[in-house]
Amino acid sequence: MAIFVNENTPVLIQGFTGRIGTFHAQEMIDYGTNVVGGVTPGKGGSTHLGRPVFNTVKGAVEETGAQASIVFVPPPFAADAIMEAADGGIKYCVCITDGIPAQDMIRVKRYMRRYKKENRMVLTGPNCAGTISPGKAMLGIMPAHIYLPGRIGIVGRSGTLGYEAASQLKALGVGVSTSVGIGGDPINGSSFRDVLEHFERDPETDAVLIIGEIGGPQEAEAGVYVRDHMKKPVVAYIAGLSAPKGRKMGHAGAIISAFGESAPEKVEILKGCGVTIAPTPSEMGATVARVLSQMKKVA
Amino acid sequence: MDIHEYQAKELLSKFGVPIPRGGLAYSPEQATYRATEIGGHKWVVKAQIHSGARGKAGGIRVCSTDTEIERAAEDLLGKKLVTHQTGAGGKLVSRLYIEEATDIAKELYLAFVMDRGSERIVVVASAAGGMEIEEISATQPDTIIRVVVDPAVGMQAFQAREVAYGLGVDPEIINKLVPTIMGCYRAFRDLDATMVEINPLVITKDKQLVALDAKMSFDDNALFRRPHIAELRDKSQEDPRETYASDRGLAYVGLDGDIGCVVNGAGLAMATLDMIKLAGGEPANFLDIGGGASPERVAKSFKAVLKDRKVKALLLNVFAGINRCDWVAKGVVDAITELHIKMPVVVRLAGTNVEEGRRILNDSGLTVITAETLAEAAQKAVAAAKGAVH
Repeated sequence: MAIFVNENTPVLIQGFTGRIGTFHAQEMIDYGTNVVGGVTPGKGGSTHLGRPVFNTVKGAVEETGAQASIVFVPPPFAADAIMEAADGGIKYCVCITDGIPAQDMIRVKRYMRRYKKENRMVLTGPNCAGTISPGKAMLGIMPAHIYLPGRIGIVGRSGTLGYEAASQLKALGVGVSTSVGIGGDPINGSSFRDVLEHFERDPETDAVLIIGEIGGPQEAEAGVYVRDHMKKPVVAYIAGLSAPKGRKMGHAGAIISAFGESAPEKVEILKGCGVTIAPTPSEMGATVARVLSQMKKVA
Repeated sequence: MDIHEYQAKELLSKFGVPIPRGGLAYSPEQATYRATEIGGHKWVVKAQIHSGARGKAGGIRVCSTDTEIERAAEDLLGKKLVTHQTGAGGKLVSRLYIEEATDIAKELYLAFVMDRGSERIVVVASAAGGMEIEEISATQPDTIIRVVVDPAVGMQAFQAREVAYGLGVDPEIINKLVPTIMGCYRAFRDLDATMVEINPLVITKDKQLVALDAKMSFDDNALFRRPHIAELRDKSQEDPRETYASDRGLAYVGLDGDIGCVVNGAGLAMATLDMIKLAGGEPANFLDIGGGASPERVAKSFKAVLKDRKVKALLLNVFAGINRCDWVAKGVVDAITELHIKMPVVVRLAGTNVEEGRRILNDSGLTVITAETLAEAAQKAVAAAKGAVH
């Protein structure tokens, strides 16, 4: 099953014919993702990478039955593309674009609320590496070969730190059910908590690794969800122990401003909620492996 | 992006926020001239730096004569003011704002922020103005009013009234306060701000409302559509190391240690700094090299990191996804050769084409210290900076 995407999910590429869209669309097709077409306004009716191009998302969904989309549209137009996906009947959207204005994201989030929860599109990102269900489908820009198929869910803000985790797990022979990037922006489509809900329900996921960082309330909120609603074990690593207060660390979201937003504070909150902490970034894989072996002993 | 007080006031006044009469000065002569222009017999000379708490640092001087103004200006211009927000180096004063003095009867706090919890614009106000918001929320949490703005319809007048009445001001002030709150909101929305703070918002003895101080920050991601805001950037207020890097499209944050770091991805960069600390070292910087790590970008990043004279060792940590390790390795070899780097360089490569990348480093004949894992890289860099490995 995995979450959000599998080998059958029909996928649409928004910003299909651009340089970046083309490169990653080809990578996704090569991985086995069921890419059914793309959208580039003005290029409808043509064919690209052997797939049809459409002018609108609505038109593409009608023709292809696409259920998921991935957005490679430049920052000034990305919010519009996401809202078009939500309105066009897409159920799951990944936005890769980095640099979307925060007020545009506020508008996107508000717009998506006009749909009833059961019809509402799930958005992950922006400013993320995407989502991969190893061995099944990739909706992202990650190096696919570092992910071993398996039963660990990964959810994190950072792309490359997620790669670090996946390769540590692979080295230990531990595989991944789905890895989801929620992105480094202050206002993002899905929070840690939102993604944890999906992993908790997924029969193919046994445990979850959270990769958080300084800034924002989402890691603390995830901790409370784990404590109150999750049966599966959760491991977390929080980056930014050495980050100075009030400084922006690359990710627009990575800035400490309130209580519960520094790395040590987040670690304390998560620990208190029963989450196992990976003390260093080089022990993310080992900590997950240890938790798994404890599970087996109990069973 | 941050701007100066006088710039924030100029912007806000266009949205109907009342501000005291004032003018900008770059010299003592200009300062006295401005005071004459403004009129009256009491003025405030305010150092323009990107920091709060200027008063405590001596950056705000009340003057009654030309001589006093001249003296204050001479003293402040060219000086570095140190506040608890600037760091030990302080910030250079190159502009002064001369303002008519205000007779304060009451001080309020008014701010608009981008709230990550509700994912909306939120108004924060308190009748305990003059203090910093952290202080207010610690000592007088009950005085804080919070109103969340619905992005679908924007801020409504009733919400502004809620804030105004909540602050408990006299009835004749309400009619001035409501448009001021609405004006701040429109400025926030229309200029893609991330913060508007008026502290204090003052009620004068003659029952006028006036923004005595003002701070605004803007969303860097939105500057492409706000060119007149982008123009307000003052590079003299930034860490020169950071200006150099940001002008070259690199995300850089200067720190105080001696290990220069070049990493791809913000999260991995933060994690690398954490590992250095855990290994007993101190990073000199945060640097995210970004997506396409071409050989030129690697060289640029090394250059930016080496602008910091404290750096004793370099650590490059790249987990190649879209990047390719052979490409990055070529960049490392080029950079070491072209920049004549003599200090130890620790390189950790992982991901796409890693074998090829390692081969390029080995064949180069350069003394590059290689590491397989993040932990090993951090330990080797710390040892190298301490002079143990060459």
